Amino acid sequence: MNTESFKKGLKDGIPVALGYFAVSFTFGIASILGGLTTWQAVLISITNVTSAGQFAGLSIIAAGGSYLEMALTQLIINLRYSLMSFSLAQKLEPQVSWYHRCLMSYGVTDEIFGLSAAKEGKISPFYNYGCMCIAIPGWVMGTLIGAISGNILPDIVLSALNVAIYGMFLAIIIPPAKKNLTILAVVASAMIISGLFRITPLLSKISSGFVIIIVTLLVSCVAALLRPIEDEK
Amino acid sequence: MKYNIYVYILVMAGVTYLIRMLPLLLSKKELTNRFVKSFLYYMPYACLAAMTFPAILSSTASTFSAVIGFIVALIAAYREKSLLTVALLACLAVFITEQCMILLG
Repeated sequence: MNTESFKKGLKDGIPVALGYFAVSFTFGIASILGGLTTWQAVLISITNVTSAGQFAGLSIIAAGGSYLEMALTQLIINLRYSLMSFSLAQKLEPQVSWYHRCLMSYGVTDEIFGLSAAKEGKISPFYNYGCMCIAIPGWVMGTLIGAISGNILPDIVLSALNVAIYGMFLAIIIPPAKKNLTILAVVASAMIISGLFRITPLLSKISSGFVIIIVTLLVSCVAALLRPIEDEK
Repeated sequence: MKYNIYVYILVMAGVTYLIRMLPLLLSKKELTNRFVKSFLYYMPYACLAAMTFPAILSSTASTFSAVIGFIVALIAAYREKSLLTVALLACLAVFITEQCMILLG
């Protein structure tokens, strides 16, 4: 047990917890709108700890999509975590045991990864445990309180809140698209192609979950061929 | 109901955990293939964009209020407001638009 790393992690996790609370509050409300119970919303947050993936999962549950659609969509949206885990694996001493690796994995999120990636040299799993111990309760509490609010707010307010998920998605993809023309092209063409699927006869029969998967694979494959990313080093 | 909610949650949690766990447990060297790295880099953007549009247009009581919400969210996101701010501004725009439509009949 490395107490010092753990305490540092707890401290660094506080701003992450506050940010998580705000986002998962929206998730809690959205879950109630999607027909879930408060307990189910909280269970999703405890077991998943990921914003875009949970929202995506929620829209599949609400639309009655298949389990295969659910699995593929989670794979696509969350595949970036495997890159973070790859990178995190480089920062661990080789002798760090398998149970530490399995436990740390549960808390690989954009923010917690960002904190540990920013540290110089090798990292201790206890730093990540510290971050997780403060950030994940923030995520779960936000969901709980959001879900409770979703149950007591009037219908007219809830109708407007339906658009919140998409607002969040745009807040994730638009700022990087401003700085990188290829990302802008990826975002614009993904929207246009999925729009075409909706209005084209025959193609419009394909369920929305599969349209998303087809469009994602197509667009990112073309982008990777035409504009491969630069190596960082 | 056709599908069980707890099976959905199990699938979500299982896939998400394995994505995080396998590289940490198994990887001893860095990912080097440029195409694979680029593909993985672009994928979340394509996916979130495809999930947003055209689904956003049918998310509210009327297509018109959804379009207003979409435009407001685009502007707020372009100005790099936080996730919560963008979401709330979009909701507010939809709410106000729908109130106006009720008032104007």
